Amino acid sequence: MILNSVLPEASTYAADIDRLFDVITLLVGVPFLIASFLFFSFIFRFKKREGTPAKYITGTEHQYMKWIHRAHVPILLFDVIIVVMAVNVWYDVKQDLPEANSTVRVIAQQWAWTFVHPGPDNVLDTADDIVTINELHVAKDTLYHYKLEALDVLHDFSVPAFRLKQDAIPGRVITGWFEPTLAGEFGIQCAEICGIGHGLMPARLIVEDRAQHAAWIAENSPLSVAAGVEDESASERTRLAAR
Amino acid sequence: MAESIPVEHADGHADHGGHHEMSFSEKYIFPLDHKMIAMQYMFTGMFMAVIGGFFAYAFRMQLAFPGINVPGWGVVTPADYNALVTSHGSIMIFWVAMPVLIAAFGNYLIPLMIGADDMVFPRVNRLSYQIFLLSAIIILASFFVEGGAFGGAWTAYPPLSTKAEYSLTGIGSTMWILAVALEFVAFLLGGINFITTAMNSRAPGMKMWDIPMVVWMIVIASILFMLSVGPLLAGGIMMMFDQQLGTAFFDPDRGGDPILWQHLFWFFGHPEVYVVLLPAVGIVADVMTVFSRKKLFGYKTVLYTAIGTGVLSFTVWAHHQFVAGIDPRMANVFTVTTLLISVPIAEMMFVYIATLYGGSITFKTPMLWALAFIFEFLIGGITGIFLGASGNDIYMHDTYFVLAHFHYTFYPIAIIGTFAGFTHWFPKMFGKMMNDNLGKLHFWLTIIPFNLIFLPLFVLGAAGQHRRIYDYQNFPELSLPWMQDLRQLATISLCVMLGAQLIFFYNVIKSWMSGPAAGKNPWRASTLEWTAASPPPHGNWPEGLPTCYRGPYEYSHPDHEEDYWPQNEPA
Repeated sequence: MILNSVLPEASTYAADIDRLFDVITLLVGVPFLIASFLFFSFIFRFKKREGTPAKYITGTEHQYMKWIHRAHVPILLFDVIIVVMAVNVWYDVKQDLPEANSTVRVIAQQWAWTFVHPGPDNVLDTADDIVTINELHVAKDTLYHYKLEALDVLHDFSVPAFRLKQDAIPGRVITGWFEPTLAGEFGIQCAEICGIGHGLMPARLIVEDRAQHAAWIAENSPLSVAAGVEDESASERTRLAAR
Repeated sequence: MAESIPVEHADGHADHGGHHEMSFSEKYIFPLDHKMIAMQYMFTGMFMAVIGGFFAYAFRMQLAFPGINVPGWGVVTPADYNALVTSHGSIMIFWVAMPVLIAAFGNYLIPLMIGADDMVFPRVNRLSYQIFLLSAIIILASFFVEGGAFGGAWTAYPPLSTKAEYSLTGIGSTMWILAVALEFVAFLLGGINFITTAMNSRAPGMKMWDIPMVVWMIVIASILFMLSVGPLLAGGIMMMFDQQLGTAFFDPDRGGDPILWQHLFWFFGHPEVYVVLLPAVGIVADVMTVFSRKKLFGYKTVLYTAIGTGVLSFTVWAHHQFVAGIDPRMANVFTVTTLLISVPIAEMMFVYIATLYGGSITFKTPMLWALAFIFEFLIGGITGIFLGASGNDIYMHDTYFVLAHFHYTFYPIAIIGTFAGFTHWFPKMFGKMMNDNLGKLHFWLTIIPFNLIFLPLFVLGAAGQHRRIYDYQNFPELSLPWMQDLRQLATISLCVMLGAQLIFFYNVIKSWMSGPAAGKNPWRASTLEWTAASPPPHGNWPEGLPTCYRGPYEYSHPDHEEDYWPQNEPA
């Protein structure tokens, strides 16, 4: 409700995260409004008036203390609701790894993104892989695994429209998943400071329906394009393999 | 416990009576008097706050008007931008919040509020400030070395912070971590002093539950700091070795692990929030009781919630690392512990609001700051729940929502809490009253722009704007006209707020020079510092130290004629 008014929901779990955000807003918003109301009404009601001395209350009297203790019941209850929902969403997005239809490799470095798409054979690390810089192509309604790597310092693969974020760590390959649900072009940001070019790592995410995506794959696969381009992407692969 | 134990005073500090005239440098440059050391910390902290504020001005101007030639700085390059945000964060936390809230108020208030003539270890105290000053000089000097100041954010995640070929600031990175490490040493020395003094030098008759809340809070904060800083100090030395000696503690290519630093950093970093929070809530407790003529609601409750929050704060650090590549199952544990903190913190806020109930409230400048602290910190607290919930943090992590959230906690702590304390104890520190009208003008011109800076940033964060990016024009989704309008609103508000601080400095200087004399106890407060002369002389009570007969907040007691009952007044 709140988040999708400023940003589209483009993955299967985006709506879950947005719902969690809405529920938290409600569950913290109501206590906040009550506390603020009490706060401001006390300030104005107990403004200094001549002839009305302040009360002497130690804060150990049951009649007053019980109000403080009672307030813990809803707070704990709200905490439990938020924890359960948050852990559920977290489990789906980060802990669980559903079967994938396809896998892409995402490689971050100072200061560019390299995306390796499987070619027509839909298998990574074969001769028909398509390597692009700063442009990731995926098909709608297809479940992807991403294999995230960093070549130098920490980076973070962040796709706000997917509500997806994952740090990339040199020396590790981190696997996660997403499933696009909305065709269109979206932004990718680096979300972990990575040096002076950190602000210059925008990449584009292009989600197309399956037929269009298949056509893009066929058109760009190094096995089906001119030799010059093939050399370029082959040398890119050699460079990556040499790492 | 009630007897004061003359530890170092005996030889180093025996001339409390003022028998010998001190030279200028003995009194102002290398003082042993806790009040003068407090002033050194206070004004060094304020000077650093002006620098940190200027840095914020420079990078906010770049964000609102990309590529502009910022008056006073010039064009903000990407390297400049990173150095500015890194230094802004580091300075505001380590060289403003820490020295002002813990060291300045701790040094000034602890001996005066517990009825002691000075700190237990005055020379350790002096050394603490000198090391702190050295660390401040190092962090500022790093702007002038080859490559410039470190630009890897105040969290300094390796490998960016350890390898010069990636950060391009080989010397600056080392100076940054050296300055931070020295600053920690300074506060370890200060903390030893605060704890020892509060436990051993209390006035005769002052029991544990008669200690004013701000003193308790500084003691608890010092304990938290001592328990949490060890791992980071070790980490800092490992980082320096990685940078300069070629070790590989954090280098994945040679068997190290960059995530290790994150654990060491945040194991300290999260308790650190409460290290600076607690002195501020202590100040607010003292100010609120005076200006509402009320006993603090549930003295022990406040104390226990502070201790509870402090203990819990050691168990939540990995909520900063949900998406950092830790085992995803760990996030579930840290979500639970993080949300549990809402219980003691909510209790503390309720108790403060309950203190207002039945009061007789006057809106003097310190009270306005104290009330603003509660309301603004409430916003900071509730927005933390969004980020502690792991599922939601996948999206929110490292966005401006995080930035706005922690500014709604740190700003009330470091700025609002400081102004509450400073305006409240100014009459004691300088013997003069501040101008209340100018104080209120300064208050409103600070508090309204503060909200207008950070409320828009919540919206931008929710729309997916990430932190530490020097120009959003490269991101089509983030350069929509309404977003740029919000950025400009935040920047213009910041300029108004920074400008309003001139009123504060004018008020301080004018009042110091020619304000009306304050007398011993202008606020009719009951704690012991108000029984000393204003300003207190060397030794605080040359006529003899006070004796304590009751708790610190006996306001409007039914058995007492006056609406305050000083702690030193015999029953």
